[in-house]
Amino acid sequence: MVTYIVKRFVYMIVTVFIIATLTFFLMNLIPGSPFNEERTTNAVVQQNLEEHYHLHEPLAVQYVLYLKSIITLDFGPSIKQPTETVNALLGRGFPISAELGIWTVLIALISGVALGVFAALKHNHVIDYMAMTIAVLGISIPNFVLATMLIQQLAVQLEWLPAATWSSPAHMVLPVLALATGPMAIIARLTRSSMLETLTQDYIKTARAKGLSPYKIIVKHALKNALMPVVTIMGTLLAGILTGTFVIEKIFAIPGMGKYFVEGINQRDYPVIMGTTVFYSAFLVFMLFLVDIAYGFLDPRIKLHKEGGSS
Amino acid sequence: MVNKILEIHNLHISFTTFGGEVQAVRGVNLDLYEGETLAVVGESGCGKSVTASSIMGLIPTPPGHIKEGSIRFKGEDMTKLSDRKMRGIRGVDISMIFQDPMTALNPTLTVGDQLTEGLRQHRKVTKKEADAQAVDMLNLVGIPNPDERMKQYPYQFSGGMRQRIVIAMALICEPELLIADEPTTALDVTIQAQILQLFDKIQKETGVSIILITHDLGVVAKVADRIAVMYAGKVVETGTRREIFYEPQHPYTKGLLHSVPRLDQKGEKLIPIDGTPPDLFSPPGGCPFTARCPAAMEVCSRVYPYSTVRSETHEVDCWLQDERAKKHAATIQS
Ligand SMILES: Nc1ncnc2c1ncn2[C@@H]1O[C@H](COP(=O)(O)OP(=O)(O)OP(=O)(O)O)[C@@H](O)[C@H]1O
Ligand code: SF4
Ligand SMILES: [Mg+2]
Repeated sequence: MVTYIVKRFVYMIVTVFIIATLTFFLMNLIPGSPFNEERTTNAVVQQNLEEHYHLHEPLAVQYVLYLKSIITLDFGPSIKQPTETVNALLGRGFPISAELGIWTVLIALISGVALGVFAALKHNHVIDYMAMTIAVLGISIPNFVLATMLIQQLAVQLEWLPAATWSSPAHMVLPVLALATGPMAIIARLTRSSMLETLTQDYIKTARAKGLSPYKIIVKHALKNALMPVVTIMGTLLAGILTGTFVIEKIFAIPGMGKYFVEGINQRDYPVIMGTTVFYSAFLVFMLFLVDIAYGFLDPRIKLHKEGGSS
Repeated sequence: MVNKILEIHNLHISFTTFGGEVQAVRGVNLDLYEGETLAVVGESGCGKSVTASSIMGLIPTPPGHIKEGSIRFKGEDMTKLSDRKMRGIRGVDISMIFQDPMTALNPTLTVGDQLTEGLRQHRKVTKKEADAQAVDMLNLVGIPNPDERMKQYPYQFSGGMRQRIVIAMALICEPELLIADEPTTALDVTIQAQILQLFDKIQKETGVSIILITHDLGVVAKVADRIAVMYAGKVVETGTRREIFYEPQHPYTKGLLHSVPRLDQKGEKLIPIDGTPPDLFSPPGGCPFTARCPAAMEVCSRVYPYSTVRSETHEVDCWLQDERAKKHAATIQS
């Protein structure tokens, strides 16, 4: 298991490095710079500014400086708001985005698994059909459409819940709902089919023949095996939720990291773009790393084989 | 006379499918005595597994259901028990072993956990006591280093080892009846022989009654005290091993015996007689074997033969047992 984790960890570092490098060069391909806007800046001022931010240096030098900033975890000040450092922006935005993300993942996972298990146990029953209809709807409606519908109905028409910002638990309901529905539906469908498949396995018959209670059979014997495919797709789902937060934060005017990221791109605020991108990708890659480890713990074959494989 | 531990009377089990009703079991009568091994043989699809599962209340419902009949285990009708009561009997009084040891164990749980969970569900034991009993069971079924093995996962065991574990698991609550549904079919020949010896040893040590379902008459010849031959959802002949092997009466039994696969032809299904068993969607009214029977008579396709009792242990359902048929045969021969 230890070698398995170490290996995954090295992959993780390499992945972040590649993403950071790609970001850097792609960013330099975007036409425009933070300082050429409509208004004409004094040429001297412009030059001073560029010098200050090392924008006149050759690309290679800029790249080295950039890598240094990543390794030291200090992305310097924002170009557009010189009083702010990128780290401060991240420090302010991340907790909010993380809150949104964590609630989304928790709700999608718990309700998705519950719905899937329930549907599987009531196979071909009205409940099953209802659950799967909800799931299909959830998968086919994009989160930004759902978000607008939710705002229109629950916030504007019925005035049950606030439509924007992030200041109380009530404010969280709609964004989390909009963001969690898609992943929840995917998890529900996957759990259902995987659970149905698992319940036909011989070891479930064995468990029943032992006289175990239905609860034990489902939770102990079936669920763990049925959840393996769900864990496998968690990585993809997490990536989807993460990109989903950009859109949702924008729609609900949530002051999370996504907001700074989008603003940074619009304004060619290089340090902000680089800081947020590297942070996002490092975070996502770390999550995938955790998923891999979770998988290793769920499946004894992986756990022990990798241990044995250390020789 | 030894006591009957199990009495199945006129059991009918059907499955409702899209194509209609499959009459998988059509009036099975079967008795089991304490401490004996009864082998149930017959072609694929004749209802052996369905009959066995029904004893444990493990028929998947829906689509399956018991239409008629009774299954008395120590006098109590199992078809009338509540789910809860049934669970108290499964794994405790009656245990079952399935065909494929490779899939019968949960891959994500340790062997020790799976061995002890039945014990811990049904008996008030601490984890330590349960573990100790599990180690004893592993010793009994011949698994070396049981202490260490308890912590391992199924994939770390060979097929034969796994079947030993499955047997240990079935026996840990000291059941009075063990149902083994083709326990050796998936194993190779040497392992098969070892597992059969193990059954023998366990029966001697614990006095458990065994119902052994198999295709393999080689296996039957080795371990069975009595044999029940099934065909198309019915038991067509029962007798002691001696009676079935040396004085078979039913033409189907005779056919089976002529096609005994040798022990070295592992797991091969019997294709004893030309033709196939009847469709269980609409089984024939008379003797289901008529279409394939070399001795079939006019009456066979019309009326199902009554049971002829040849000895205290030997019974057969065939018109050839009827006095009139015997006379007829005699006149033809002379
Ligand atoms: N769940 C089910 N749904 C529909 N039909 C079933 C079901 N289970 C069994 N049957 C039918 O019941 C009949 C008897 O099946 P059973 O499994 O008892 O046969 P078997 O004698 O054990 O055969 P084998 O030697 O192949 O194991 C078969 O015709 C089968 O199609
Ligand atoms: S009853 Fe008739 S068809 Fe059936 S086995 Fe006997 S002789 Fe053959
Ligand atoms: Mg079978």
